Amino acid sequence: MSVLLIAEHNNKEVKPFTLNAITASSQIDQDLHVLLIGSKADDVAKSLSEIPLVKKVLHIDHEIYENYIAENYTAAILKHADKYSHIICSANTFGKNLMPRVAALLDISQVSDIIKVISPDTFLRPIYAGNAFATVKSNDEKKCVTIRPTSFEAAETTGGSAEIEKIDAADQTENTKFINREEIKSDRPELGTARIVISGGRGLQSGENFKLITDVADKLNAAIGASRAAVDAGYITNEHQVGQTGKVVVPDLYIAVGISGAIQHLAGMKESKVIVAINKDGEAPIFSVADYGLEADLFEALPQFLEELNKLNTIQK
Amino acid sequence: MKILVAVKRVIDYNVQIRVKEDGSGVVTDNVKMSTNPPDDNAIEEAVKIKESGKATEIIAVTVGEEKAQETVRKALAVGADRGIHVKVDGIIEPLAVSKILKKIVEKENPDLVFMGKQAIDDDCNQTGQMLAAHLNWPQATFASKIEVNDKSLQVTREVDEGLETIEVNTPAIVTCDLRLNEPRYASLPNIMKAKKKPIEQINASDLGVDTNPRIEHIKIEEPPKRKAGIKVASVEELVQKLKNEAKVI
Repeated sequence: MSVLLIAEHNNKEVKPFTLNAITASSQIDQDLHVLLIGSKADDVAKSLSEIPLVKKVLHIDHEIYENYIAENYTAAILKHADKYSHIICSANTFGKNLMPRVAALLDISQVSDIIKVISPDTFLRPIYAGNAFATVKSNDEKKCVTIRPTSFEAAETTGGSAEIEKIDAADQTENTKFINREEIKSDRPELGTARIVISGGRGLQSGENFKLITDVADKLNAAIGASRAAVDAGYITNEHQVGQTGKVVVPDLYIAVGISGAIQHLAGMKESKVIVAINKDGEAPIFSVADYGLEADLFEALPQFLEELNKLNTIQK
Repeated sequence: MKILVAVKRVIDYNVQIRVKEDGSGVVTDNVKMSTNPPDDNAIEEAVKIKESGKATEIIAVTVGEEKAQETVRKALAVGADRGIHVKVDGIIEPLAVSKILKKIVEKENPDLVFMGKQAIDDDCNQTGQMLAAHLNWPQATFASKIEVNDKSLQVTREVDEGLETIEVNTPAIVTCDLRLNEPRYASLPNIMKAKKKPIEQINASDLGVDTNPRIEHIKIEEPPKRKAGIKVASVEELVQKLKNEAKVI
């Protein structure tokens, strides 16, 4: 039996986390089909078909899918679920919202947020905000699985030529209406996929002071993150939040500034390759996960840091 | 309007988790337990809606062992009117919880069901969506703002790209984000009053729901430890280390 991955997209492009989920799906079974549910999304169908790991693209095109609504997606997925051993999507807000609705209607106990495929029915997943890892085996005949995107490489996007099969739309819900989405546009790399992330915490003391973070981010071509405390205090908007209930990031370099290191923040960044902590409290828990800790006042350290970076002329982009 | 709020008892968010040496789970003996944090937001929101005059009754429900009742008692202390405790021992998966909650919804006929978006123990993030599916109700997950209208809700959701607003007709399920509100503390008089509020006990087995786990926990282990890092003395040293040792800039 084949596996079915549900693609996340905006009718123009495939969202990057779908590429990570494709890699994970192909580790479960190489006969990987991707379901694209959208409106006027032919370009997306074409790019999905060019991904070498994808064997077939199922494309439902109807105006009712112009905006993603879990209820409508679920109805479409259920029409095709019986042909597949696994239904899969990424464990971001897209997949977290969608997959349990599908799983419940198939009477399947979902395996959420896996970080490793051990076999087609056994997976590794973090629990307790990553403070423990559980090896779990699903005994349901069919499986519903969501993939932690940062734990898998993104799939290659060129060289494939999968068949695109057009299929029919399903019924539309009348009980949920999309109103709008406020997307924050930015020229910076995306938080989830950036090579370098610099995050600020409550130590910044105000939203204006985040400029110190922004200046360094500009220099390093880094994404900007924040602790929950900084978001709750209104210094920065929620889509920057790194942590158990925010985004999980695994950059090459993570710089935590004025962040004490609450368990819930560590859950979102402690798998980063190199971690730097700048904090004036030498006892802050963030130092226990930092490769390089600098005990200093961030208001002095950040401008100096920028100055030192300016002296280097070899910053990788 | 009647609001049902589901709450879960979990290891307190401030407790450092310890994994049992035999790999069977995490240590829970003599560990502080609390209400799952976003479930506190769910209760708070229900209480605020009732205070605004738009709701008439709040019922707090939990599914779990004997002591899970504490979370219902706490909900009663911050403003829920009565409680339901569905008793079940051992591991219970979100799928089974959602089936139990469906039975409770059918019995109580609430207009809204609130709960936290995710429990901080198993981090599954499933129960609300599953309950919505079983009931064929609309779902508004990860809510950071809720506006109650006559027969619908306008809900702002925290999504990866920023904020999304949807409108759902009632009855509906809402899963709550931590930024939805600031949960209040229960005052001592209210804690005393809560002791007199009724909690109905129901055995899960009497509801006809199969609660046997479908997922086997083969092993629970500690995550790989990070190598101990070093403290640097100055910004200059930090930049040199990042460039020459870690080679990340």
